[in-house]
Amino acid sequence: MTSENDVPADPAEGQPDPAAVAGEHRLSQQVERTGMFGTETTGDTSGYGGLRVRRPDVPATERPYGSYFDEIADRLAEGLERDGTAPPDAVSRVVVERGELTLHVPREHLVAVARMLRDDPSLAFEMCLGVSGVHYPWDTGRELHAVYPLLSITHNRRVRLEVSAPDADPRVPSLVGVYPTCDWHERETWDFFGIVFDGHPALTRIEMPDDWKGHPQRKDYPLGGIPVEYRGATIPPPEDRRAYS
Amino acid sequence: MSTEAEGRVYTVGGQDWDDVIAAAAESAEERLVVNMGPQHPSTHGVLRLILTLDGETVTELRPVIGYLHTGIEKNMEFRTWTQGVTFCTRADYLAPLFNEAAYCLAVERLLGIEQEIPPRASVLRVLLMELNRISSHLTAVGTFGLELGASTVFLYGMREREKVLDLFELITGLRMNHAYFRPGGVSQDLPNGALERLREFLRVMPPLLGELRALLDANPIYLARTKNVAYLDLAGCMALGITGPVLRATGLPWDLRKSQPYCGYETYEFDVRTQTSADVYGRYLVRMDEMDESLKIISQCVDRLAAKRPKDDPVMVSDPKIGWPARLAVGPDGLGNSPDHIAHIMGQSMEALIHHFKLVTEGFRVPAGQTYLPVESPRGELGCHAVSDGGTRPYRVHLRDPSFTNLQALPAMSEGGMVADVIAAVASIDPVLGGVDR
Amino acid sequence: MGLEEALPSGILLTTVEKVAGYARKSSVWPATFGLACCAIELFSAGGPRHDLARFGMERASATPRQADLMIVAGRVSQKMAPVLRQIYDQMADPKWVISMGVCASSGGMFNNYAIVQGVDHIVPVDVYLPGCPPRPEMLLDAILKLHDKIQNMKLGADRRAEIEELEEARLRRLPLVQAAGPGLPGGQQTGIGPPRADHAERGPSEPEERS
Repeated sequence: MTSENDVPADPAEGQPDPAAVAGEHRLSQQVERTGMFGTETTGDTSGYGGLRVRRPDVPATERPYGSYFDEIADRLAEGLERDGTAPPDAVSRVVVERGELTLHVPREHLVAVARMLRDDPSLAFEMCLGVSGVHYPWDTGRELHAVYPLLSITHNRRVRLEVSAPDADPRVPSLVGVYPTCDWHERETWDFFGIVFDGHPALTRIEMPDDWKGHPQRKDYPLGGIPVEYRGATIPPPEDRRAYS
Repeated sequence: MSTEAEGRVYTVGGQDWDDVIAAAAESAEERLVVNMGPQHPSTHGVLRLILTLDGETVTELRPVIGYLHTGIEKNMEFRTWTQGVTFCTRADYLAPLFNEAAYCLAVERLLGIEQEIPPRASVLRVLLMELNRISSHLTAVGTFGLELGASTVFLYGMREREKVLDLFELITGLRMNHAYFRPGGVSQDLPNGALERLREFLRVMPPLLGELRALLDANPIYLARTKNVAYLDLAGCMALGITGPVLRATGLPWDLRKSQPYCGYETYEFDVRTQTSADVYGRYLVRMDEMDESLKIISQCVDRLAAKRPKDDPVMVSDPKIGWPARLAVGPDGLGNSPDHIAHIMGQSMEALIHHFKLVTEGFRVPAGQTYLPVESPRGELGCHAVSDGGTRPYRVHLRDPSFTNLQALPAMSEGGMVADVIAAVASIDPVLGGVDR
Repeated sequence: MGLEEALPSGILLTTVEKVAGYARKSSVWPATFGLACCAIELFSAGGPRHDLARFGMERASATPRQADLMIVAGRVSQKMAPVLRQIYDQMADPKWVISMGVCASSGGMFNNYAIVQGVDHIVPVDVYLPGCPPRPEMLLDAILKLHDKIQNMKLGADRRAEIEELEEARLRRLPLVQAAGPGLPGGQQTGIGPPRADHAERGPSEPEERS
């Protein structure tokens, strides 16, 4: 038995049908993958050739965030306003998903925000757990992301800072002055993604040989496997195999 | 031999000892740059240390890593989510089950099935993780003794470790690199006889650990080599992001199993053991104490596993679109898909066949998003930062390895000390270069 | 080495070979090149349960100058490859190499940019030992096979003759693909990866074409 809330919106009254709005929104998203099994031609009769997988939405959460996240956002804004090192709206986007808080910060405000998160007693994120780079080649203007998980031992809380930089200008300020532990992590992210950390004391390759060309974990760098021959059969390397994605 | 801005470089190739001695006699400098490794028995793997020595004192130390870089993270982007377990398990190869746990818990959080993991699977995970903690600490203490010149300690450690590896082989099928944890649960239940073996293990282990302690705890040579060596206090640990036994040896009782529990750790009774000396000896004591605590947790796990089971007690999540389908059984030709399972999918249920096929070829889809999930590995906080774009393959998996971060502390610990103390410092951090380099 | 170079082939040389082989295999000193997970199984093989000391091998020389056997245990990354070669070069003859584990033998599960796909790209290997990681018992089996090889190694004039014979055989050996047998026409398609057009039109294989 349906309740009153299930009555569909009547288009004649000028209210847009929420399903139609959602559908249009979905269809307007960028297409990420087409088809399955890597087929391109009409020879594929499975019907999966017409599959269009679209990009998921760029997530952004509105207030209230829930749990201790509101407090973090409020204290951070207050602290930045008090300090003046960065505008109180330095956090450009907040994402709360799966019980975790991610603060997207423009790169010019990264150091100020991190310092505030570390020094303010009500925030007290003493420990940074490194830098993780991610490469989104399709997100033009924001291809390279650097993710910093922070931990507050005093308050037993976690938060995540995320900055993005375009491929054309892959520079992010270094957090070594705020969290010295980022030293090797930033070197590793430079090594694998090509993100240049301004202000890092010695940004050199750490995992790959010193004269290696290219940044291996970028999406445009091949996996580099070779075909394997075994008992008369040839197995192609992992990046050439059939994909079901 | 070349003369450069930094000083003279002597390349010793062989048959030229006279030249080297003559050249060294000319040089008035006392400082010496020595390269240790990457192949060296006293490093926990292929770690290269470049020491600048003034006599016996280390004035500068630079660790160079990357000699074991395998591209595990990039490899995982080309495999399904379940196959990723087999890759991440080989990162920190002395604590493979912790890598698997961090990864599987991260995937489960992305899937949103954290609350639906069967309780028996969680108990099995805790049991195996604590067994792995014991085997990892035994290796740490054993190789520690070997590097300080005490080979008996190594043999004791290896002997005890064989008992743990026997249990691993019984339960997971392999001695190392098990791929036992899967997203959704564990791959198979305990075999018959495992509980008796576990109880036997719990019975014989404490006296053996006591033997190890008796050999080292009050040993004057050991104390002389480890007390007040490689000191790193709490402020240093915080700045350098150090976690694990090194942090607990400074006095801070920070353990993720207590502070941010996972897999049901909040329901077990155990203590977080600390020391206050913040030196190599303190870290050794923390590791020995942690092994005792692990034995406590294992005995609680065995009690839970031996308790009366409800009728339906799976070890894999019940959602057929996610849970790995195959039930394994030992047949006439070895271990493989159980005949019951084959009969079910071929004869009884079309849906089961479809699920099996889709899961094995395509894998399950994980909703888009990212998560960072840390676990307390024997070396510190092992975190898995997993990013999904909604597909059947990870978009990006980054393992935040504790050894990578803890090795950064090596210069802070060793500069100003003696060369021999560098070995003790490295051993007390207990780095595993597979995790450092991934 | 002096004596066996001067001896002509015959019963004297074979006796010297037997004695030298026995002496060499009884105390092989491994230069442990323990890199990754296989190194841990190598440690276990040296532990009390599977005891390497009963073969005289517990004295692992860290310095390659005094080592006879290099057990490459683990994955060899691109950064480590020159170091591996340098260590091998520093070892004195006679020296042998066991590549322990699949990563050392062929690159293993890591078919990518970072790992050398088999240390035989860098050093000549005597025994390949598969496994991920191989159990200590498997390592002992490989070591015993190597001991056989060492025991039966020919010296001096016999060795030169053997080398010529081996080279002849290698030159005449068919590549693996054709050697698979008449049922597989030059390379079976596995169904994984894009189909190869050049073989698609070929009919069933004709055995009489094979030389």
